Amino acid sequence: MPASSERTLIAPGEMNRRTGRVLYRFVLTLTVVGFTLAFVFPLYWMASGALKSSAELADPTPTLVPQSWHPESYSQAWTNVGLGQYFLNTLLLAAGAWLIQLIVDVAAAYSLSRLRPALGHVVLGMMLATLMLPVSALLVPTYLTVTDVPLIHLNLINTPWAIWLPACANAFNIFILKRFFDQIPAELLESARLDGAGPVRVLLWVVLPLSRPVLAVVSIFAVVGVWKDFLWPLLVLPDPARQPVTVALNRLAEFMPANQLLAGMVMASIPLLVIFLLFQRHIIAGLTAGSLKG
Amino acid sequence: MAAPTLTRTPTSSAEPRTAGGGDQRRRRCRIRENLTAYAFLGAGLLCFAVFSWSPIVRGLLLGFQQVSFAQPATWVGWENYRRLFDDPLFLTAWKNTGYFTLLALVFGFAAPFVTAVVLNEFRHARAYLRMTVYLPVMLPPIVTMLLWRWFYDPGPGLFNNVLKLLHLPGQQWLESENLAMLSLVLVSTWANMGTTTLIYLAALGSIPGELYEAAELDGASIRRRLWHVTIPQLRFILMITLLLQIIGTMQVFIEPYVMTGGGPDDATVTVLLLLYRYAFVYNDFGLASAMSTVLFLVLGLFAGIYLRLTRGKG
Repeated sequence: MPASSERTLIAPGEMNRRTGRVLYRFVLTLTVVGFTLAFVFPLYWMASGALKSSAELADPTPTLVPQSWHPESYSQAWTNVGLGQYFLNTLLLAAGAWLIQLIVDVAAAYSLSRLRPALGHVVLGMMLATLMLPVSALLVPTYLTVTDVPLIHLNLINTPWAIWLPACANAFNIFILKRFFDQIPAELLESARLDGAGPVRVLLWVVLPLSRPVLAVVSIFAVVGVWKDFLWPLLVLPDPARQPVTVALNRLAEFMPANQLLAGMVMASIPLLVIFLLFQRHIIAGLTAGSLKG
Repeated sequence: MAAPTLTRTPTSSAEPRTAGGGDQRRRRCRIRENLTAYAFLGAGLLCFAVFSWSPIVRGLLLGFQQVSFAQPATWVGWENYRRLFDDPLFLTAWKNTGYFTLLALVFGFAAPFVTAVVLNEFRHARAYLRMTVYLPVMLPPIVTMLLWRWFYDPGPGLFNNVLKLLHLPGQQWLESENLAMLSLVLVSTWANMGTTTLIYLAALGSIPGELYEAAELDGASIRRRLWHVTIPQLRFILMITLLLQIIGTMQVFIEPYVMTGGGPDDATVTVLLLLYRYAFVYNDFGLASAMSTVLFLVLGLFAGIYLRLTRGKG
């Protein structure tokens, strides 16, 4: 980024004057404290709430630090309530959705970008058009499709395929993958082809190694998307034994002791928070790519 | 949106140049290349055809059908639409959704903008502030909803205890007809503002500093610089997020589903919650599809504006 963009709304001169400096310190402190209270404190409240006893949680005057520590509510939530099983379910759904999306969408984007089939731009246009469509308007027909897949007449309800297959029809993935593939210099692919590499080899040995950043973005969004999803798995996985942790938490919220429910909520959040801390840069890059698409 | 790429790859370079095959050979080669390309595209096409394109058509047709699992669907014409408009909840749901969208715009539009402009001035704690504002976005929405339901609890809930500390009267957050929708908007804003804030921050970072310098030389105050430089420079991205937010918030579901169930006294029944009830509580898929079509038409209006705005950009 050029140095000039460092210049923002407020001039350096204004910032360095004494009132400017005082004001800056004041607003900065206020913001840091405010953000911590607004966005970090709720997470602390959830995690520490899980460590309190049920009696302490029900007390009308809450305590900032648990009076007595009950870390066992985490293990109880994991084993007694069976959150461990729901976690495995989520993991299976996320891993499958990630793998299938990656295979299907990378192949499609590669084809549209590099193999350029006849009518490719029409196909891409029709895919991108679905981005304009509200997901909720397709809820009912997609649900009915999943209960009875056309031509093969399979019922995917209560199978992970009901999550995996619709996830592949992801125009956003195909769009950002294609855009990235477009930028790879043609000479690189050309020389690989002259060495006798077929399209599969070019994809695996030239295109994919160069595309690590965009593959990271697509992967993170695929996993995070499935992990956060609620309505779709609620509809297509009615069998409690197969539900992911999000759907299970809502179903069990009424029956679980409050501290175990909070422990479950913390555990359901930790994988995503870890992903965020590890891949902040990629997530923000994907966010900006997504907002500026078009 | 679907701008064809400008970079051209030679498509037939593998073709032997010395061989005198002529047109026929070239055509055969072209067919083979297309077959390979479609082999790569096939799985994606199939997924789109089955789970995206055909449901669009099917959704439109379903609105005119009576659907049950036991018998084949029967054609009923406008019957579903007539029943839809006769349902008093239909109007309530639209009113509630409109109210939610309006409130969500007031909060969800102002808060990220002000936050981004302020954060952009800071030279300290930048990474920390960026990270914290995005933390709620990374929580599974169901966790956010359950967490805030607990905060709103009139008894041991956090909010009423804070009010008590400030010697203010406690509120029936989710149980009061007046406050319930506002309570849902607050959660929704908290959960989603991180995304918009980071998008604005990226846009703010790309405003050329010379514009501010020039304005400053002209003697423009900070407020005038904000009005005459920052906002015009962000106008495009502000319009886009506004439209996307309208489209997003009109599909609000998980907030009322988890936190209020549509109550109290139907004050938080939204369009999508009603659609969910029609389809998955009463199993009336025809009625629900009619509702989807209406929702689609309304949102299509905003999508159309979005398309007009983004055409030619990018």
